[in-house]
Amino acid sequence: MPESRPVLEVSDLQVSVGDHLVAVHDVSFAIGRGESVGLVGESGSGKTLTCRAVLGLLPATGEVDHGRIVLGGGEDREAVELTGAARATWNQVRGTRLGAVFQDSASYLNPSLTVGHQLAEQLRVKGGLARGAARARAVELFAEVGLHDPASVFHQYPHQLSGGMQQRVLIAIAISCEPELLIADEATTALDVVIQAEILALLRRLRETHGLSLLLVTHDLAVVAETCQRILVMYGGQVVESGTTEEVLARPKHPYTQALMGVATIGTWERRALEVIPGQPPAAGEEMPGCRFAPRCRWATEACVSGPVPLADLGAGRAARCVRVDDVLDGPATATAQEIEHATELEGATT
Amino acid sequence: MTATQERAVALEKGPARVAPLLRVTGLSVSYAPPKKGVGLGTGAALTDASLDVRPGEIVGIVGETGSGKTTLARATVGLVRPAAGRIEFAGQDMGALRGRALRDFRRSGQVQLVFQDPLRSLDPDLTVAELVREPLDVAGTLPRSERHERVADSLRLVGLDPETMLGRRPRELSGGQRQRISLARAISTRPQLLFCDEPVSALDVSNRNLVLSLLDRLRTELGLAVVIIAHDLSSLAGIADRVAVFYRSRVVEQGPIQAVLERPAHPYTGLLTASAPSVTQVDRLRPDQLRPEPGARDWPVHGACVFAARCRFAHDACVEQPPSLPLAGDREAACHVAGEWRAQLTTDHRPDTEES
Repeated sequence: MPESRPVLEVSDLQVSVGDHLVAVHDVSFAIGRGESVGLVGESGSGKTLTCRAVLGLLPATGEVDHGRIVLGGGEDREAVELTGAARATWNQVRGTRLGAVFQDSASYLNPSLTVGHQLAEQLRVKGGLARGAARARAVELFAEVGLHDPASVFHQYPHQLSGGMQQRVLIAIAISCEPELLIADEATTALDVVIQAEILALLRRLRETHGLSLLLVTHDLAVVAETCQRILVMYGGQVVESGTTEEVLARPKHPYTQALMGVATIGTWERRALEVIPGQPPAAGEEMPGCRFAPRCRWATEACVSGPVPLADLGAGRAARCVRVDDVLDGPATATAQEIEHATELEGATT
Repeated sequence: MTATQERAVALEKGPARVAPLLRVTGLSVSYAPPKKGVGLGTGAALTDASLDVRPGEIVGIVGETGSGKTTLARATVGLVRPAAGRIEFAGQDMGALRGRALRDFRRSGQVQLVFQDPLRSLDPDLTVAELVREPLDVAGTLPRSERHERVADSLRLVGLDPETMLGRRPRELSGGQRQRISLARAISTRPQLLFCDEPVSALDVSNRNLVLSLLDRLRTELGLAVVIIAHDLSSLAGIADRVAVFYRSRVVEQGPIQAVLERPAHPYTGLLTASAPSVTQVDRLRPDQLRPEPGARDWPVHGACVFAARCRFAHDACVEQPPSLPLAGDREAACHVAGEWRAQLTTDHRPDTEES
């Protein structure tokens, strides 16, 4: 963003888990003020570890090997270096400047306290409001996230609410202290389509009304298609493609993005052969000299596996990690039925 | 001629003319005892549901959490006893089965269930060989000497190599492989009907399509009737023949899948298709066109159309639940203005606002 520093700047982030298995390789990206970015990939692609590193919530065995995570400064807030931050720094940042919502809403709410109590507590502890003011503000926030009859929702326990309502409560808690960045990790995955569409519309609206930046982590390209301005596609712990949503979806430059497009939800209801991506993604820490997608890629050549493939800048804010960017555009997106048959026959024998 | 071949022959005559394998008529299930004056009571999980499934056909079931999808599966395999209605399987009334007959039917493995989360539904202590063989041992119809070969066959059918797979345990497999083991286990008894309860929602997009294509292949190779409970409309549209839409314990619409999803007759189906995310920008209904105006009236808890409170087109007639009535093109819907509500749609291009 030209006018100010990005809200979040991640550079050369490397995260390893367990016995020094590198699960996230040199990931760099920035999120501008009020921008929404989608982080897309299959399970094991490193997308969740990346966002957990940003939140300082890596699992016990995980650690940041190198790289920087900087929460950008604004007019009245200063920039904070999050890599290697002390607990006190995290406490100042999480909940106030960084908000987060996750997939399993029920496990993030305390079952023995009313949801109103839990939101008011956040407003009192982090927002410094008095008891009465916190209560009034909580009801306002519940109304703002689209909960019907917010005054009575205030007095309800999590088990009395549906999954979609619980997710709205968590969003209300996450945005209660006006954070600069909201991270939504698979926040709509477990919900019904109708509720998912409502939650996504809510996130879009909050971005507009609060100037909130949004990092949406999901495995479904269709979810980011309507909500995010930019997309980062991750595979095997690396960013393999990035660009504006429109550009990436219309003209994917990396074979993996193409393959994802092939298997993603398309808006038609015709009978068709479902496409699949043959093979398995690489395991965390697997040493591969070249492109990590090469074993599953129909475009792979010698050049792909011989040495590291850089993330090439393609101009206009786009980048792709592929040596055959120019060829990839013109071919069929995914494997043919015969290739799939072949790939599934082999499965088990190769793993 | 084996049963499988007979089914294959029957299939060639076209699924529409074959007698239904499963015929559910007016099925109601309640999980709480009925109280006076409220019909099925507060625990009504399924009300007056009717559904036919023919051999070789894939029927999709969609609906939100708690709409009765899983209850239908549970009632069909005999895990819950219906409060009313009839379930006929291959011409036999399941309600008439008692005691030993019911147990024998369940153990025969003619109807099999596949669950959502293979990690939880597969015993972690058993090897793949034991997991796939177990239903055969329970059924006991196949001679022991042939069971090993059947296990290997079942694994090959789901695209896994028996040599390397047989000795593994669930934790040594990937998510997609685990779900395929669940499928191999379910088809080892060569069932006639397979009920898959959210078989792909725990899987990644690429594995999701792999498992769904596999189901599509199995129904032709084994002449299986398949019922898939799902919430991913688009993948379902790729392989299913018919769809039944559930809402609050009722089947609100059913028919050929493409027709139903392209031109929904029930406003809830319309809301579902409008809400489904998509990677392509297509001209279609928007969810906000189908949500009720703010300040809409209250509807009685009992007796009114189940969807009235969330329906933009609810009117006076909707205080009474409409029956499911046939429409053109082998379809039916339970709505007073089935298909006619489109005329009332506002076409003004409001920004995509969220319901208040």
